[in-house]
Amino acid sequence: MITKLHHALFIALVSILCIVTLPSHAAQTLTVYTYESFTSEWGPGPVIKTAFEKECDCTLNFVAIDSSAGILNRVQLEGKSSKADIVLGLDYNLMALAQDTGLLAESSVDLSQVKLPIEWDSKVFVPFDFGHFAFVYDTKTLSNPPTSLDELVNSPDDLKIIIQDPRTSTPGLGLLLWVKAVYGDDADSAWKKLKPKILTVTKGWSEAYFSLFLNGEAPMVLSYDTSPGYHMAIDKTDQYQAAAFDEGHYLQIEVAALLKSSPNQELGNAFLQFLISKEAQSAIPLTNVMYPSIDIGDALPPEFSKLIKPSKSLLLDTETVRDERKGWIDEWLESAN
Amino acid sequence: MQLTMFQRWWLPGAVALILLALLVGLPLIALIVSTSDLNLQTTLNNTYYKRVIWFSFYQALISAVLSVGLAIPLAQALSREQKFLGRQMLINLFSLSLVIPTIVAIFGIVAVFGRTGWLNSAIGQLGFEPFSIYGLSGILIAHVFFNLPLATRVLLQSLDNIPHEQWRLSTQLRMPGLAQFKYVEWPAMRTQLIGVFMVIFTLCFTSFTIVMTLGGGPRATTVEVAIYQALRFDFDINTAVSLAIAQLVFCTALLLASALFKHDASIGFSYKPVEHLYRPTSTHRWRNRLLILLGTLFVVTPLLGMIMSAINPASIKVLTHTNTVQATINTVIIAIVTAFLSVGIGVSLLISSRHLRIRAQKHNLGQWIQHAGNIILVMPPVVLGTGLFLLLRNVADVFSIALVLTIIINSLMALPFVLRILDGPLMQAANHHDKLIQSLGISGWSRWRLLDWPLIRKPMGFALGIAATLAAGDFSAIALFGSERATTLPLLLFQRIGSYRLHEAATTAGILLVVCLILFTAMQSMTSRTIFWRSHAKD
Repeated sequence: MITKLHHALFIALVSILCIVTLPSHAAQTLTVYTYESFTSEWGPGPVIKTAFEKECDCTLNFVAIDSSAGILNRVQLEGKSSKADIVLGLDYNLMALAQDTGLLAESSVDLSQVKLPIEWDSKVFVPFDFGHFAFVYDTKTLSNPPTSLDELVNSPDDLKIIIQDPRTSTPGLGLLLWVKAVYGDDADSAWKKLKPKILTVTKGWSEAYFSLFLNGEAPMVLSYDTSPGYHMAIDKTDQYQAAAFDEGHYLQIEVAALLKSSPNQELGNAFLQFLISKEAQSAIPLTNVMYPSIDIGDALPPEFSKLIKPSKSLLLDTETVRDERKGWIDEWLESAN
Repeated sequence: MQLTMFQRWWLPGAVALILLALLVGLPLIALIVSTSDLNLQTTLNNTYYKRVIWFSFYQALISAVLSVGLAIPLAQALSREQKFLGRQMLINLFSLSLVIPTIVAIFGIVAVFGRTGWLNSAIGQLGFEPFSIYGLSGILIAHVFFNLPLATRVLLQSLDNIPHEQWRLSTQLRMPGLAQFKYVEWPAMRTQLIGVFMVIFTLCFTSFTIVMTLGGGPRATTVEVAIYQALRFDFDINTAVSLAIAQLVFCTALLLASALFKHDASIGFSYKPVEHLYRPTSTHRWRNRLLILLGTLFVVTPLLGMIMSAINPASIKVLTHTNTVQATINTVIIAIVTAFLSVGIGVSLLISSRHLRIRAQKHNLGQWIQHAGNIILVMPPVVLGTGLFLLLRNVADVFSIALVLTIIINSLMALPFVLRILDGPLMQAANHHDKLIQSLGISGWSRWRLLDWPLIRKPMGFALGIAATLAAGDFSAIALFGSERATTLPLLLFQRIGSYRLHEAATTAGILLVVCLILFTAMQSMTSRTIFWRSHAKD
């Protein structure tokens, strides 16, 4: 009696254990660390997820992290035990820093279709969109915006601009590099002249654009040359335009990369390849409000052809930025103070 | 039985302290251990950091003085005017300003006080020069907007607890208004003043987004900004930890200094609902009304600015969007669980601390246990998050416990407020009756039910409400762990802004405000009824 009961219990236990530990034949899961707005319901995340899952027989998981720098921090902290297969949303300025960690793998992605304002030679990073930093202005309050950075710097002080802080924000750092690229060693005095025009320096793009600019606090805000594309295509308004500057505009390129520690190298590469496919890239202009990194032909919204065309794409190479950034920020703190 | 209950006075506090140590202390230690050469001196000798520490201190001091200083007359006016239409609603609205995400609050403040805001337009109509808030004035306006209502609520609570007898006596003695303030109201407020001041000071000291956005330039930088910069962009743990320790030491030193001001809990006799015997002259009445009107305008107009922007062509679409509904549900669940956890931890700490202060006569030790609850205020979220990751990366899967971590961190973040709200009433309960219940041998649960509960019921609702709304409006804790599962309203708000969906974002902010208001009201009314203790109430 007792043995029978034992027997039955034993069998029950074993079967439960079997059920619990049975290898689930669920498809592979690919985990992608990215920034918040990428995974937003109106961001590119959901579109890309649906499209990629259809062809990969896998699950694509986006993990939203507070910022581009935050993504790099996270994988640095997690090291080899990171859950991430892919990091998506680092920018060109962070590339050298990211590569120094030794955590990123070379990809086998075919980059021949990539079309950027510069030659792309990185084997680690896959560029998935780009844009230029630009001052977006409100045409209702500013009819004649400056036509060059120098004109802005030398404008009367009652022209107010809102910028972001290079210590905490990507566009903020972009402007710092833009001024550096245009003025070189004279950046210092340019900032001193610009200073009285700066209404305030915000922590990030969101505070500047949402809380201040759209409240009408200043006629100009530091943003991207692509921003008006969104307002024209979705908001159906021409009210906000980017000011074209003669010296050229500083280039911003967003990239993705595969982690060496990822057990899903093949799937990871497939995803990166998909990321620069026409299907994925066609979602970029209106969801991430940037230019696609390949030629998508007619899929580019017509509003994007109305955007300013920078005469020149300015870019300091990522190693220089890595080495000089801190010193330049300290310099900026002194001159913009 | 009675003996064991006495011996176990330390248990609730110990559990709470261990939780705090595990989640706040250990991450910092983990970071310190991971640094190669921690050199506090080099960091603190840097001119930039010196300036940053000085600015943090300077703006926080003025912000706290203004918030508390203005709260005194406002609380007094509100307590003296017990009956006017919408008083309760106004008091509930006052609890909102503390909890809205800063990005939304800045939007509202700018809509009212900005260059093109309502106030400047009105002033312009009258032919005056417009004023600019960017700089110290903007920081102060925002900090007072956030903290004046909190201070007012806490002070109002102590005023409402003034025993009936004191008012009667002062009226019989025909005390003039000023004397009533000096002998009746001030002593009641004084007990809470230092505590509230310290909480507000710390909040402003560690203020980040407000200081940057409204500060007008890089000169307006707090230590928190420098820590974020060091950790996020430079991955410089040494500097980040040095600065975090400096911040900790600095704020703790101030706490120590504040402990020098001895303050006794107020003495009272009555649990009867306050029935004001205050009979004001008509000038007083007008002064009170004017104060209330100004306070209301200051707090409510920015809220109105937000609500107005929330109503736009996208509103209906946003309201019915599945993501909005799901995020609202998540937010409410997180808020409610957080509220109970936070109040649970808070009461546990206070019970042990109270025993130490009253029975064991170890006043300072008791105070320190309580101050431990404030520690989270000086821990920068980015440091906390980094430390927790270092700790947990080899132990647990952070993603699967992200939601639990968010809830615990949120409840610890609400703890300083919970402690401030409940400390006074719990001490008061003990001060009056400790001798009596000791001689009657009442302890443990019976003591709680018969003695503490009736007195702290109302404050407890307030504490639950604050903790719930803080959790609902919090963005920093959930952003730390990057959970893909639980989207809350603040997270949705940020995502929508990031996708240029600014109308949708504004509506999301409006929904968040309404959810917070409902949560707060619900939490408060939950404890305002006597259903649970009917048997006792009949006695």
